Amino acid sequence: MSVPRGRRALLTGWGRTAPTAAEVVHAVHPHIVDQALGMAAKGSGGRTRGIVARGLGRSYGDAAQNAGGAVLDATWLDAIHQVDLASGVITVGAGVSLQTLMERLVPLGWFVPVTPGTRLVTVGGAIAADIHGKNHHVDGGFCSHVLEMTLVTPTGTTTVSPASDHDLFWATAGGMGLTGVITRATLQMTPVETSYLLVDTERAPDLDTVMDKMLTGDDDYRYSVAWIDCQSTGSRLGRSVLTRGDHARLEDLPDRLRLAPDRARAFVPRTLARVPITPPSGLLNPLTVGAFNEFWFRKAPRHQVAKPHHMTGFFHPLDGVGGWNRLYGGRGFLQYQFVVPDRHGETVRRVIERLSALRLASFLAVLKRFGPGDPGPLSFPIAGWTLALDIPVGFDRLDVLLDEFDQEVAAAGGRIYLAKDSRVSRPAFRAMYPRVDEWLAVRARVDPDGVLQSDLGRRLGLCTDPPPPSTASGRKARAGAGPDRPPPARPPRRKATGGTSRTRSPSTSPPSPERTGS
Amino acid sequence: MIDAVGRPQSVLVLGGSSEIAQATVAKLVPARCRTVVLAGREGPRLSEAVDRAKALGADVAEAVAFDATDVAGHGAFADRVFDRFGDFDLVIVAAGLLGDQAAEEKDPVSAAAVLTTNFAGLAAAMLAVAGHLRRQGHGRLVVLSSVAGERARKANFVYGSSKAGLDAFSQGLGDSLVGTGVRVMIVRPGFVVGRMTEGMSPAPFPTTPEAVADAVVHGIETGASVVYVPPVLRWVFAVMRHLPRAVWRRMPG
Repeated sequence: MSVPRGRRALLTGWGRTAPTAAEVVHAVHPHIVDQALGMAAKGSGGRTRGIVARGLGRSYGDAAQNAGGAVLDATWLDAIHQVDLASGVITVGAGVSLQTLMERLVPLGWFVPVTPGTRLVTVGGAIAADIHGKNHHVDGGFCSHVLEMTLVTPTGTTTVSPASDHDLFWATAGGMGLTGVITRATLQMTPVETSYLLVDTERAPDLDTVMDKMLTGDDDYRYSVAWIDCQSTGSRLGRSVLTRGDHARLEDLPDRLRLAPDRARAFVPRTLARVPITPPSGLLNPLTVGAFNEFWFRKAPRHQVAKPHHMTGFFHPLDGVGGWNRLYGGRGFLQYQFVVPDRHGETVRRVIERLSALRLASFLAVLKRFGPGDPGPLSFPIAGWTLALDIPVGFDRLDVLLDEFDQEVAAAGGRIYLAKDSRVSRPAFRAMYPRVDEWLAVRARVDPDGVLQSDLGRRLGLCTDPPPPSTASGRKARAGAGPDRPPPARPPRRKATGGTSRTRSPSTSPPSPERTGS
Repeated sequence: MIDAVGRPQSVLVLGGSSEIAQATVAKLVPARCRTVVLAGREGPRLSEAVDRAKALGADVAEAVAFDATDVAGHGAFADRVFDRFGDFDLVIVAAGLLGDQAAEEKDPVSAAAVLTTNFAGLAAAMLAVAGHLRRQGHGRLVVLSSVAGERARKANFVYGSSKAGLDAFSQGLGDSLVGTGVRVMIVRPGFVVGRMTEGMSPAPFPTTPEAVADAVVHGIETGASVVYVPPVLRWVFAVMRHLPRAVWRRMPG
């Protein structure tokens, strides 16, 4: 087998900020993963620049970038290994997208247990970010539905389940790819009868009303989310459209679908339009976003009950527009998503107040309630309120504003979402994720030489820091990561199990990762 | 790493005692720049600059000996600092001599010293540093040029031509680095009131080290490739460049 060699490419996250160059290695076969890790471990000139896996590049920030090192394109690991249609337990390659799973399995009666606002994410990415969906308050995060996974680490390949290695499993859930490369996973899918949902939609005139409705009513719905107009001020501050629903049974649907069960179960997503060019920054400004928000609010029915919506429209409205991230212009955008415990709902209000006072153009503002989190030390969800805001880069004091939000969120015992992050400071991150040392200990066990690296990891101090200056003894080297430590004894490398994803079905080829530049 | 809103976490300054560089560091450290390495001629000015960076809260602030004219040593210098401190998100090239035009016209050796320091020496140092930045796959290289390099004036053509050379070199280097994750930003200040220009009467549109520092920080945020300080000089020099020579050589100063 040929030695995995990659091409140097500039990569960014979905927000298109901070491009960095890395060697992109295509994981055309699971064995390549093993080899690429071995090559990355050797590095060049005595120092490794490391490796990290990348899926469909939907993390907003720098999670799937690795400047100067290797990035493993894991979308090649897209085989569907095993499907049990009776139990809904499936085993798939980590590069399979949720879209593929929906296309294949919704018509057969099984839906993904958790889907984020886009279906263009891979199973590996979903685990690495421990993604959540509109059903978190009922079903928890993605990793709660993962039964086991195959993890290639620099110290060997293992199959990990919560029972076999609790610490490693949960460090990988939300571990942003820094505990190993996930090559396959076994998931429990959710049974559905149709590809439709019965949705209740209502407008709320202000923030208090919508939060009250969510507190009292969310438990009656499997899926719930509120879109917030961050531009309105005064008595209309935080006016919202609340949509909540559950999977429709065949008998719930109108005749046109009920009498044609194949249509009622069809899942054929279409891209309605593509953004052909990157318009100048500033297209999305307070004026255009204000107009859009007004339209969106007025378009929503005042109160509508049990209206059938197709899954694609309900879960992934933005996936209908290819490359919508380009609308934010050349400087890109970031998403600020935080969660605060229930008793700190006021933090949500203060953030929205400040944004609307500044007339900062955020046209995607989404509020939802989380149920209890899972045991992952870096897993984002905790019980409480989560608010996600898309913000174009370019507003003058954005850095200071978001730092202030961080302070407030951390003080409330909340945290920001690493899959969205591209700018949090190290101290704020540590305050938000107090169990980070627990996570670092697990990482040190499976990756003692710090082979798994990413820009996000370097930015937040999750990867091995460079050796401290020899004269300055003040800088503390992290336990197990000091440069003077003797090389650890490596357990013999085991071969990756299986190897059935050699073929690549054209119908399921996901698009290649987002690239920028020439 | 430079984050999404353009804040670097580590900076290397060539010409660490430069007032503009120090003013820039003073703005970067509070905005989470943790590592500050000041390379320059060793002496009280450099160590004071290091102390100031420490006082601002940098985790690592150190001085490193650097002589722009030691062209043969630049490769080893770059290897040493990148090996010792790891990645640099930002490298500021701020070393430079203003010189004394009247004296230089009589003493070609001192003129050559200005040219060697400002152009040949820094160009070689930038190549050495750029090699490391290219390998690390990210970073910004900020070069302090000058509007004096836009068009050499009879009153300071030695300095002006040295900056013209540096400026042209930086443009070419920037183009050669496209696609590597490394970007070059050229800063062209006008007359900067400060230690370097002490006792001189200011040219029109004078600026200060603080204003240049602000422009540098803002340019890093916006990803600019050329920055004029004050910004009006972009338009002033768009005109100046095309003045007939007969008019240009009669410009005062």
